[in-house]
Amino acid sequence: METSEILNKFSPDHKNMLGILHALQDNNPNNYLNEEDIGAIARYLNTTLSHVYGVATYYTMFSLKPRGKYIIRACNSPVCNMIGSVSIIEELKKVLKIEVGETTDDRMFTLELTECLGQCDIAPVMMINKEIYGNLDAEKIKTIIENLKNK
Amino acid sequence: MARENRIVLKNYGKIDPESIDDYISAGGYKAAGKALKWQPVEIIDEIVKSKLRGRGGAGFSTGLKKRFTHEAMHESGKKYLVCNADEGEPGTFKDRIIMENDPHRLIEGMIIAGYAIGAERAYIYIRGEYYKSVEMLQKAIDDARARGFLGSNIFGSSFLFDMEIRLGAGSYLCGEELTLIESLEGKRGYPRIKPPFPAEKGLDGLPTLVNNVETLSTIPTIVEKGAKWYTRLGTENSPGTKIFTISGDVNNPGFYEIELGVTLRELIYEFGGGMKKGKKLQSVLIGGAAGTFVDETVLDTPMGFDSLKEKGAVLGSGAVMVLGDDKSLPEVTKSILEFFKHESCGKCVPCRVGTTQLVNMINEYITNGKKKDDLLNQMVAEADFMAKTSLCPLGQSPILPLRSLQRYFADTF
Ligand SMILES: Cc1cc2nc3c(=O)[nH]c(=O)nc-3n(C[C@H](O)[C@H](O)[C@H](O)COP(=O)(O)O)c2cc1C
Ligand code: SF4
Ligand code: FES
Repeated sequence: METSEILNKFSPDHKNMLGILHALQDNNPNNYLNEEDIGAIARYLNTTLSHVYGVATYYTMFSLKPRGKYIIRACNSPVCNMIGSVSIIEELKKVLKIEVGETTDDRMFTLELTECLGQCDIAPVMMINKEIYGNLDAEKIKTIIENLKNK
Repeated sequence: MARENRIVLKNYGKIDPESIDDYISAGGYKAAGKALKWQPVEIIDEIVKSKLRGRGGAGFSTGLKKRFTHEAMHESGKKYLVCNADEGEPGTFKDRIIMENDPHRLIEGMIIAGYAIGAERAYIYIRGEYYKSVEMLQKAIDDARARGFLGSNIFGSSFLFDMEIRLGAGSYLCGEELTLIESLEGKRGYPRIKPPFPAEKGLDGLPTLVNNVETLSTIPTIVEKGAKWYTRLGTENSPGTKIFTISGDVNNPGFYEIELGVTLRELIYEFGGGMKKGKKLQSVLIGGAAGTFVDETVLDTPMGFDSLKEKGAVLGSGAVMVLGDDKSLPEVTKSILEFFKHESCGKCVPCRVGTTQLVNMINEYITNGKKKDDLLNQMVAEADFMAKTSLCPLGQSPILPLRSLQRYFADTF
């Protein structure tokens, strides 16, 4: 979708700032906000570039770097951590051959850490785009990633 | 044998959450229709009498908060209602359960609360990762509007009221009510200094009532059944029910709505299905990261805001994280301190430096494995200094788990 089309779905009110940032980021095949997006938002909301940058960099869900098609968010908050998220994260790194914060060369996966996803009864948990995966172990991780690769 | 008493979750699993007709057939929107025939002060009086206390963690009287917002005046005459659905306290997932499974109940509670304080507009601030909650609520709002439950002349009254969803984007601190307001205004999530409280000067500088999802979802029942009925549930100082979310080393982790006054023993061994095979209970973390550790001496204390306080504990969000004897308390503590370090916004020095310092202290202890007599005391002293000098409640949080460790687990460190 065109940037202007997305912007026009929102009234030019600062209370829509985060909503617009989400919408533009979701619209980008590389799941990030580029310079044009930031500039367009600044013009649309009649504010400065630095203000929009400031907001975009504050919140962990926004990225100013291109990311993969699938964003993997592994929970590392206390419940998941206690149940074994450290080994889950290690397994993800191994399977994807990347470190936390990196994107695979084929631009398929980006690995990120997140705080509690509100799914602690099925810890350890991760989220891939909008999907939740719980009660994780090494086997499950391999299958989930394989399935996404073949999709 | 203690049992669940589902009030807020009355419809859970019984209705199709996407069907407004199901909700109405189950008695839904009757309380809103009833409330709109009352004077706003009558609703507030009823809620004050119900002694309902905020379910977002702080436990402040919901009725009084409404009264302050009702009485607050702005020259424009405008006010806002904001629903806090930023649920980010580790171990907590009750608000998600409500939004995904009975979104109309929240909307109905908000109509009543909005009418009581005199707001025409409301926002629901939902954390950005709760896609399903957003989807369910958006459909429910659209359906309620189509039925005339939102918009103008609601239930044949002259009341005009509507609501919109706004998204968070991954910041625990934005769950704090004044920071949430900053975020709603499209800014970075830096806290504001209190006072003024939101009731005086909130969103866009207008009087604003901020309430948690569970709090607002309780209101239809109070209006329907009356404060007298409601105060018969739970305990003297903490009436009503609470949704507890149990996680960790139990057989049946999950959510349970139970009358306050339930004990940890019942929560763990009856609702939670007991400890996982081969594990003995070591500790329970109540209330999430900004919560408190207790040991088995607290198992029979009735869960309530004041009864737990006497034990140096907090009820908080109702998160109950159960630790078996195979878990390392220093490791769990480290995870909590890393959480605060990550979520500190860095605006003030005591918290920015303090949260890092605390992580370094526990790390040094874990890597050296050296028993340091006064490690806990040092950490408590650091956290206490932070609590006294930090700008906002996040910097005042690490002292909670640390002081409880000092009280119950000094021997372990
Ligand atoms: C760091 C921090 C995070 C918070 N997160 C939440 C939250 O996610 N949801 C919530 O309802 N309250 C949260 N609170 C409490 C709110 O500031 C506020 O007390 C609450 O929304 C009031 O609603 P209630 O009176 O209905 O409980 C948080 C507080 C702090 C200090
Ligand atoms: S106490 Fe921490 S979170 Fe609060 S303003 Fe200071 S640095 Fe930010
Ligand atoms: S701690 Fe991982 S989902 Fe709650």
